[in-house]
Amino acid sequence: MSAVAARYDVVVIGAGHNGLVCAAQLARAGRRTLVLEARARVGGAAVTREFAPGFRASTGAHLLYGLPASLDAELGLAGHGLRSAAERLPTTSLLPDGTIADVDPGPAAIEGAARAAFDRRIARFAGYLAELHARVPPRLGTPDWSDRFELLRAGFGLRRLGRRDMRELLRIGAMNAYDLLDETFESPPLKGALAFDAVLGTNFGPRSPGSVFTWLHRLAGLGAGGGRGLWCPQGGVGALSAALESAARAAGATVRTGAPVARILVEADRATGVELDDGERIEAAVVVSGADPKTTLLRLLGARHLDAGFVRTVRHLRNTGLAAKLHLALDRAPQIVGVDPARLRGRLVIAPSMDYVERAFDHSKYGEWSTAPALEITLPSLADPSLAPGGAHVLSATVQYAPYTVAGGWELERPRLMEALLDALERHAPGLRRSVVAAQLLVPPDIEREYGIAGGHWHHLELALDQFHLLRPTPGARGHATPVPGLYLCGAGCHPGGGVTGLAGRNAAQFILRQSE
Amino acid sequence: MIETASSGTAAPHYRQPLLGTPFHARSRALAQVDQYVAWSGYSTVDVYTTVEQEYFAIRNAATVYDITPMTKYRIAGRDAVAYLDRLVTRDVARLRTGRLGYCLWCNDDGELVDDGTLFRLGESEFRLCAAMRQIDWLEASAIGFDVSIEEVTERIAALSLQGPVSCAILKAAGLGEVATLPPFAIGRYDLDGIELTISRSGFTGDLGYEIWMDPSAAEAVWDRLFDVGRSRGLRAIGSRALDLARIEAGYLSPWIDFVPAEHAIRVGRARSPLELGLERFVDFDKGHFTGRRALLEERRRGPRSCLVGLDVEGNKPARAALLYADARCRREIGAVTSAVWSPTCKRNIAIARVDAPFSALGTSLWAEIYLNRELVWERRITRARVVERTFFAPERRRATPPADF
Ligand SMILES: Cc1cc2nc3c(=O)[nH]c(=O)nc-3n(C[C@H](O)[C@H](O)[C@H](O)COP(=O)(O)OP(=O)(O)OC[C@H]3O[C@@H](n4cnc5c(N)ncnc54)[C@H](O)[C@@H]3O)c2cc1C
Repeated sequence: MSAVAARYDVVVIGAGHNGLVCAAQLARAGRRTLVLEARARVGGAAVTREFAPGFRASTGAHLLYGLPASLDAELGLAGHGLRSAAERLPTTSLLPDGTIADVDPGPAAIEGAARAAFDRRIARFAGYLAELHARVPPRLGTPDWSDRFELLRAGFGLRRLGRRDMRELLRIGAMNAYDLLDETFESPPLKGALAFDAVLGTNFGPRSPGSVFTWLHRLAGLGAGGGRGLWCPQGGVGALSAALESAARAAGATVRTGAPVARILVEADRATGVELDDGERIEAAVVVSGADPKTTLLRLLGARHLDAGFVRTVRHLRNTGLAAKLHLALDRAPQIVGVDPARLRGRLVIAPSMDYVERAFDHSKYGEWSTAPALEITLPSLADPSLAPGGAHVLSATVQYAPYTVAGGWELERPRLMEALLDALERHAPGLRRSVVAAQLLVPPDIEREYGIAGGHWHHLELALDQFHLLRPTPGARGHATPVPGLYLCGAGCHPGGGVTGLAGRNAAQFILRQSE
Repeated sequence: MIETASSGTAAPHYRQPLLGTPFHARSRALAQVDQYVAWSGYSTVDVYTTVEQEYFAIRNAATVYDITPMTKYRIAGRDAVAYLDRLVTRDVARLRTGRLGYCLWCNDDGELVDDGTLFRLGESEFRLCAAMRQIDWLEASAIGFDVSIEEVTERIAALSLQGPVSCAILKAAGLGEVATLPPFAIGRYDLDGIELTISRSGFTGDLGYEIWMDPSAAEAVWDRLFDVGRSRGLRAIGSRALDLARIEAGYLSPWIDFVPAEHAIRVGRARSPLELGLERFVDFDKGHFTGRRALLEERRRGPRSCLVGLDVEGNKPARAALLYADARCRREIGAVTSAVWSPTCKRNIAIARVDAPFSALGTSLWAEIYLNRELVWERRITRARVVERTFFAPERRRATPPADF
């Protein structure tokens, strides 16, 4: 055990992308900042790694949809090496009969007129949500004017939509995607693909109430992305984290990897620093955690520093993930029936109809995976050859739905799900199986272990109306503050939730700076 | 016929909603006026003979009160001390083995969930006694602690032996060593092969003991106490007489003097220890406990109301009286929660909630008392004064060894 080392203004637990954004912003504001990351690499779930010799994939997030263009600019990420490998990636829906559907908007869009009108309106709603995302939710019941102003502002934003839009948003806000899409469109593939986006990364099926909200949440991210649409950096999503690390360092922050925090130190009811697994203690005036709220509050801080009712609330936060990741190392470029090379570089989805997605979801409710899974597939090495040896390729797919707990246990079920996935892919890419040289399947418990996210959830905590804005991470949360003075949260478990957006980290830095003014 | 919990033949709970305690056969024989009340699933005696007769035995001789229905939890495990320190407002680490203490526990908002007594039976073994069941709150509080919580109410029979002659009776019964037991201490004794735990504690504010035993020993212990106690004035008492004594001692009763926080439905009805005048049982310096931050904030702001003692003019108990700042009853400032004419103090006393500005000792208030005189209601506006809430606290309650009466 070593004694007290250095004193920092701020210690950030976890070099996930949010932790890095937060650290960079605090360092830029002149705070002596230290980031402590448990793993050997930065990025958390925004990472690109070798999963088989010579093959690299973005093994958590694999497509960016929510990084605000303003954040790139603020941190000068281009100057820190961030390049895009591919932008405005098209989405192609693979259909059971071997045909495909182009489900993107545009002049040639399916049900073009209806689509355009619908998209315009939905974009206004997403725009309103994006405004909420970019700001720290107000605290209720404080005499503070900034909180009242923030609340007014949120209400005002809603009013500004105008009477008809506001009424419509209130109508659909808590609705399910299935019904909304059904009343708007005819085409099953279109509805299937859009419904898939609505529920991607959540514990919802298209028919679950609140799935319109989760869709708007995703669209809000896309809207703020500066027209890049779905995109991927050169070198994979991990390159973004590397750029963020570089920006944080350039601003003066210190980043230490391989430094797992064992606990948060509290003295006289104030966070005073952290203790690492090896006993090293680091003092700081402020501790910010980018780890998920359950890990931070129940494991690193501990129930004894918190009120019993609050602990019960935290314990009941829904945080088990339902998305898995599949990574295949292929010895040649895959041929997918009906998909031309340009579309092959984009995003492929297997979600041919809303009922297909809903059925896949149904299984998950009972601790099963579906033999007809809904998939989001990318072939990143087509645009970025650095990811695989010459001529070889990488397939990365997000799998909906793989429950955290399966009847039978994952040891037994993992290989069986892998087989089912290969079968599903083979149907659209005959011969793919034979080209697989290595394969990796990360189910939620693996994600929990790999990334240190309790429950392995995309958003750390379920993204749902009852765990959003004023209610995130807990009802009555006071912005990024925790009940323990000096301890803050900055990860995806905070408002506005997950996805690689950096918003939680940026908002947290803002909040902390405002508190210490 | 009422089944006893330990008889083993108890009818299914839904057919027999109220159980008898292991003392039921004995108390039944003495319950002359057949007045029973339900207490936590047990049938217990409200009045044996007359309230007055029983009350005077508490203050002048000795009494036995069956406290078996008191909810008892065994709390043990590696983190028992840490768990309890986070649960209750007093410093549990400083409670020595073999001691007990009065304690309070609050919700996150610093509102009183309940009060009770905590017995430290071993390094990491405790018993918590409370008026109500609350396993839900205790278990919610256990998240993150290595501790086991078990309700043991039915496994332990208990009698409260109270009054100036209580020690003398124990000595006569062959439990002479009890005399050395100081207040709030716990001892283990052997009564002809019966294992007893005796604590110097009670709810009367006077000298007294609580005797804890296996239910199978209940009748033998009862008989022994009455064999030696009858000639010393020992009586069995019911809840009504005890209520008189506890008001004199200034002790609070849940549902009467405060609404337990987890049961309060209306906003603002629950009370904090600061509002209940129990701040001395709140240790802000011991580390974190549930409600601490809210209580610190409340202390900074000042509580909204206070539970005070009142000395009311005249001799008509101010039961449920509304309180006013002025004799013309224009400004309502509180209400009486408990009130009696105290035969021992010869004072008309009450416990009352008053708005904070009217809580200082000596403040003069007006109570609106309604009297029903042969079905004719009379309204009296009577002067009352804020006084210490402990109306009766004789020196003998503390003396060790207690004087022989
Ligand atoms: C299967 C899956 C697929 C996804 N796909 C996409 C996608 O395609 N596009 C997208 O935008 N988003 C996607 N997401 C969501 C996105 O990856 C996350 O929301 C985002 O990465 C969360 O970032 P974060 O910084 O808040 O937290 P994290 O990335 O979880 O970072 C937290 C960091 O804290 C560290 N940590 C934890 N405990 C400790 C400790 N005790 N000491 C020190 N460090 C600690 C962890 O190691 C980790 O580095 C996906 C998520 C999953 C699970």
